Amino acid sequence: MECYQEDVPHVLAVDDNLIDRKLVEKLLKSSSCRVTTAENGMRALEYLGLRETHQQSNFSGNGSKVNMIITDYCMPGMSGYELLQKIKESSILKEVPVIIMSSENIPTRINECLEMGAEMFMLKPLKLSDVKKLRHQLTNVEGDKR
Amino acid sequence: MAAVIQLQRQFIDYTTSLYKEGYLDDQFTQLQKLQDESNPDFVVEVVSLFFEDSEKLLNNLATALQQKTVDYKQVDSHVHQFKGSSSSIGAQRVTNVCVHFRNFCEEKNLDGCLRCLQQAKHEYILVRNKLEALFRLEQQILQAGGSIPMME
Repeated sequence: MECYQEDVPHVLAVDDNLIDRKLVEKLLKSSSCRVTTAENGMRALEYLGLRETHQQSNFSGNGSKVNMIITDYCMPGMSGYELLQKIKESSILKEVPVIIMSSENIPTRINECLEMGAEMFMLKPLKLSDVKKLRHQLTNVEGDKR
Repeated sequence: MAAVIQLQRQFIDYTTSLYKEGYLDDQFTQLQKLQDESNPDFVVEVVSLFFEDSEKLLNNLATALQQKTVDYKQVDSHVHQFKGSSSSIGAQRVTNVCVHFRNFCEEKNLDGCLRCLQQAKHEYILVRNKLEALFRLEQQILQAGGSIPMME
């Protein structure tokens, strides 16, 4: 399988739990993704260049280089839902698929996230088969891109 | 050669018992499947992180529950972390204690919380000892020139 650097999807993974960060990173790398991790919503927004409340005219973040964001729901400070909201409110990043992960299977939570525009909701702990699903998602997005 | 086969047999039997007795669940197998040539120590690395993290959490929990006025939200937050990381590595019995622990936090039941803390510590120490024994067995097999059997 040929794999050019530009073709490797870049995923931003956000989780406050160190073990979960390491696991999601390995899962994604095993599926041929380039991974950047962030330990909370603020760091994620900083990385994406959305730290300020108003859109900066000279966009200096990494947002345009991220193909997918996967975030935990329960995080101290900014929740995964709040992070999702900020991403969907951004004119630059709203097209980036966002996956929400949670250890709790709460239908109202799931619906809330899907309604806010999350691509998928996944139950933790993540398994290899879950990441395969994500990979398909990414391939579909790639196909529609520009 | 016989030594390797014996060690491999021991490994298989030990691993099987760990799953049977509920110390480990399928998530541990997922971790093993992720280990490859590019990351040959992945399982040991993640499990070591879990050990470090758990010890911190158990200390934090003990401190939090010793306060004059216990902040159950804080306690619950620690238990939530512990539940998450134990679940991610497949330490099933630890995760199960955490579930009960969270219920006691919600009820603000100090007695229940203290009992769960003891149980969580106990289950953690058990699984830690068993995983360390498992890793030692793996090392013995490798040093004897054998390969680690794949468990399905």
